[in-house]
Amino acid sequence: MKTKTNGEARIGFYVCHCGTNIAGVVNVAAVAEYAGKLPGVVVSRDYKYMCSDPGQELIQTDIKEHNLNRVVVASCSPLLHEHTFRTACEKGGLNPFCFQMVNIREHDSWVHDPGDPATEKAKALVRAAVKRVALHKPLEVKRTRIHPDVLVVGGGIAGIQAALTLANGSQNVYLVEREPTIGGHMAKFDKTFPTLDCAACILTPKMSAVAAHPNIKLWTYSEVVKVDGFVGNYKVQVRRNPRYVNEELCVGCAKCVDACVYKEEKFEDEFNEGLAKRKPVYLPFPQATPPVVVFDPDACIQLKTGKCKKSCLEACDRDAIIFDQKPETKEIEVGTIILATGFRTFDAGRLPQYGYGTLPNVYTSLQIERMVNASGPTDGHIMLKDGSKPKAVGIIHCIGSRDNRTNRWCSRVCCMYSMKLAHLIKQHTGAEVFNFYIDIRAPGKGYEEFYEKLQEEGVHFIRGRVAEVADWPLTKEEEGKLIIRVEDTLAGFVRRIPVDMVVLATGLEPQPDAQEVRRLFNISCSTEGWFLERHPKLAPVSTFTDGIFIAGCCQGPKDIPDTVAQAGAAAGEALSLINAGFIELEPNTSYVVADDCSGCKTCIPLCPYNAISRDEEKKKAVINEAICKGCGVCVAACPSGSIVQNLFTDDEIFSEIEAVLG
Amino acid sequence: MKFSYFPGCSLKGTGRAYEESLFAVCRALGVEVQELDDWNCCGATAYMAVSEAAGYMMNTRNLALAERAPHDLLAPCSACYLSLKKTQHYIAEYPSIAEQATGALAAEKLTYAGKVAVRHPLEVLVKDVGLAAIKKAVKQPLTGLKVAPYYGCQIVRPFAEFDDQQNPVLMDKLLQALGAEVVRYPLKTRCCGGSLTGTIGEVGQRLSFILLNEAQRRGATCIATVCPLCQFNLDSYQAEISKQWSPVKMPVVYFTQLLGLALGLDAKSLGLHRCIVPLPPRAAPRQEVHA
Amino acid sequence: MEMKTNGWQPKIVAFFCNWCTYTAADLAGVSRMKYAPNIRIIRLMCSGRLDPQFVMAAFARGADGVLIGGCHPGDCHYVEGNYKTLRRMTLLKRMLADLGIEEDRCRLEWISASEGDKVKWVVNDMTEKLRALGPLDLPGKHKEWDAEMEALEKEVQTQQEGEPSHVH
Repeated sequence: MKTKTNGEARIGFYVCHCGTNIAGVVNVAAVAEYAGKLPGVVVSRDYKYMCSDPGQELIQTDIKEHNLNRVVVASCSPLLHEHTFRTACEKGGLNPFCFQMVNIREHDSWVHDPGDPATEKAKALVRAAVKRVALHKPLEVKRTRIHPDVLVVGGGIAGIQAALTLANGSQNVYLVEREPTIGGHMAKFDKTFPTLDCAACILTPKMSAVAAHPNIKLWTYSEVVKVDGFVGNYKVQVRRNPRYVNEELCVGCAKCVDACVYKEEKFEDEFNEGLAKRKPVYLPFPQATPPVVVFDPDACIQLKTGKCKKSCLEACDRDAIIFDQKPETKEIEVGTIILATGFRTFDAGRLPQYGYGTLPNVYTSLQIERMVNASGPTDGHIMLKDGSKPKAVGIIHCIGSRDNRTNRWCSRVCCMYSMKLAHLIKQHTGAEVFNFYIDIRAPGKGYEEFYEKLQEEGVHFIRGRVAEVADWPLTKEEEGKLIIRVEDTLAGFVRRIPVDMVVLATGLEPQPDAQEVRRLFNISCSTEGWFLERHPKLAPVSTFTDGIFIAGCCQGPKDIPDTVAQAGAAAGEALSLINAGFIELEPNTSYVVADDCSGCKTCIPLCPYNAISRDEEKKKAVINEAICKGCGVCVAACPSGSIVQNLFTDDEIFSEIEAVLG
Repeated sequence: MKFSYFPGCSLKGTGRAYEESLFAVCRALGVEVQELDDWNCCGATAYMAVSEAAGYMMNTRNLALAERAPHDLLAPCSACYLSLKKTQHYIAEYPSIAEQATGALAAEKLTYAGKVAVRHPLEVLVKDVGLAAIKKAVKQPLTGLKVAPYYGCQIVRPFAEFDDQQNPVLMDKLLQALGAEVVRYPLKTRCCGGSLTGTIGEVGQRLSFILLNEAQRRGATCIATVCPLCQFNLDSYQAEISKQWSPVKMPVVYFTQLLGLALGLDAKSLGLHRCIVPLPPRAAPRQEVHA
Repeated sequence: MEMKTNGWQPKIVAFFCNWCTYTAADLAGVSRMKYAPNIRIIRLMCSGRLDPQFVMAAFARGADGVLIGGCHPGDCHYVEGNYKTLRRMTLLKRMLADLGIEEDRCRLEWISASEGDKVKWVVNDMTEKLRALGPLDLPGKHKEWDAEMEALEKEVQTQQEGEPSHVH
């Protein structure tokens, strides 16, 4: 395939209607007519959908029939369809880089009102593209090899699913988890909605599979501390924090826990949401994976003072305890990365009117999950502080969701898990259960049916945002109760409903360190702090950084089915890259025109990738195009103008500037 | 530190003790207060309900008067504070109201540029003077005094500019700094009955009763308030309320009065003698003899 | 001099980095946010590619304002290109001031990929500010200055005509 680029530019111009998306605002016929008169344009057309097959064929046919050597398409954002049209050009026998795209949808028709100013803007942008494209040169695509290993960050259900999918597809996976065990939030749940299957029964086999899989390297109690490189070739440093136990030797028999000098459990048990206590050495929960104990350095006397009789050492048959264990940094090479770092729940104490932390028997939903769990702190009994069963329970939805003062988003799972908890509470205690909701959001398979089932079970649903959980009785019946004050917006009056227990359905929030993590991996966040997908519909698990994918709640609140689906999608995206074996890189790299280079070395320290060196013999700068990422910083800095960036040459940009101004 | 001061009708009438105690503590803490010359009624909630436009204009006039001085405007009465804030908000948001109001001002050759800041003394004392300075100035800590902090409905709603809307805490902090024990009082922003006590007495008094009864149930020695109407409602009808529902006896004082006591000022200068239900003498200790 | 302001609209040339601000402008589009049609966006891979000459060229060709958009500090897709932009802009702004070009005419904004609303706000705000400043019309001024120079030259020539000249 040889592109005819010598001699005069012969430009084909196409403006897309995009249905009415563009044509409803911009006068596309006028744009086509205008472009047809621009120098070098030999054919100018408007067409309903340029990205459709017939649209692309139009380009291909014209290239042949009109002997085109340049193509300009004015349609949507190049971030969406540049690749489509470059491929069409290539199929027509043209070098794909002899093409320029004009964004008259996102940057014009969608942001302006119909009329002359929008059409004039389109003409100006087209003028610039036509002028610029004449200067384009044919370029070759570079390829880079993809390292087949994958890093998965986060060992909740998303990370577990992604790691298993990849490992089952014969890829080597590093699964890095910050906590001492994998399992994430799902491991804390009792049942899952709407099927009410037991969370542990479906999760723990997957956790064991991760630990046993020959292709998975599981590093818990570990954090990614540094990421270098780019798609296909990432170099990652992982810090393995000391748990003061040799993981190879420990079998989780917990004899050390029994032998600990602390006879009482005294320290807050994170896994049980503060409802139980644990010792300084502990196994987070019975099915913890890996089944290895961990020492809490803030609680263990030996680790704090070095002055303990260390009865745990004697109790351990396998000599697995290492008090002088140090953090260890591992360096790994991977080609792709999946981030599945999850969420945190809203701090209910931020809304003092609901009494969390001040009134007894006000719990968060996660605490109730633990309480209702047979292996939880109350052995599965839902009970009040005094040990008795509640006779009435209020579940308040949207705590820290759909609220301008806290978080504006809907957390998506709270309606459903509240109903699940309502069912479980009713089943376990026979209590009257009241749900206080703004809207019931049950848009999933079997979800609406679950809502109906709950109503049939006699669970009460009161539509209204709760004003207060009060402890100031007005009647005898209210004394000693938690009184839920709410405007029942369906009945149309204010109610006071006395209950024994209140459950706050806390919403989902980004992890507190989401900003640091995204910087580490060089991806973007939404303003709320959720990791930003490349496209909300068409690239939901990709990021703007090639080779880095996201899955689960780090991208936004979602339930287990959606999380697992996303994890599978992310694994699929990674596998697709790995299977290809290489990826094509945009040839927008820079090179030095040696004749013009004065050897001043200005550019060398500017390059963030150390791609520029100096040929000491010739006293000229040299750019290693295999390392160059094409930012163009050196081009702008070169005092003699001797560095050229492909696709963004000075001439091309100057011509654009000139042309947009008329 | 200097402020313009908008007393409104209450602080010259039923709420005289508020003005007296505010002046006394400001003097003691080095805050200068200059009463606005030729101020007029804020219209409170009543006027806005009858004629909104006239309500805005009355407030705009006061704001315009205040803008002649380079100070923030202190508005201790909750109704005045809210009316002024609301007017500022509507004038900033709705050009038609702004036009009407400035048109009306022109008759008096007054102008309003939207620059003056309307402030509540609670905010000024806690944030501008500062808890540290106040703590330093305390001469007779209110040790043993159990206070129910009562903010009323207006100073943090809807314009929560200096405290939390659901759970304001500035007065709690101030009282703690004075050495008092703050009773957990979740009704701190609940309605006192407002003007209902004057129109549908029974409804208004029942709302007052709930507040008084709950403070009593929680073992408070007194209720501290920031609003003259709240003080009046809660203090004045306790005999009727006791007959109607159940016995209540609960002193209701201005936060500035408690601050004054802690600063060692004498009870009379703080207007404490004006309370209908008196603050128990132990809580209002004898003034030490000054040189 | 009297400027022709009849129907005049400020012209803004914008240089947006591919990864943050260009994407934010796409997001503004997808979200159908309406903003002033006075802006012409030119895509660069990184704001660090911005040669100060691009700004000068835009003014020289008749732009009333130049807007540069990059990733927030610490967020650059190319590690630290935006810091280099900041450094260059600091110097460039001094030069523009010396040339009598008002500060509001050249603006650097950090706009992340999720800040479509910021694109809208910045474009509208800048358009309003430029409207208040009026046309820069550097090309017109160039013509005027050239004409002055020509007149001056002529004057010098007429003076010299009396004297014998052996120049050229």
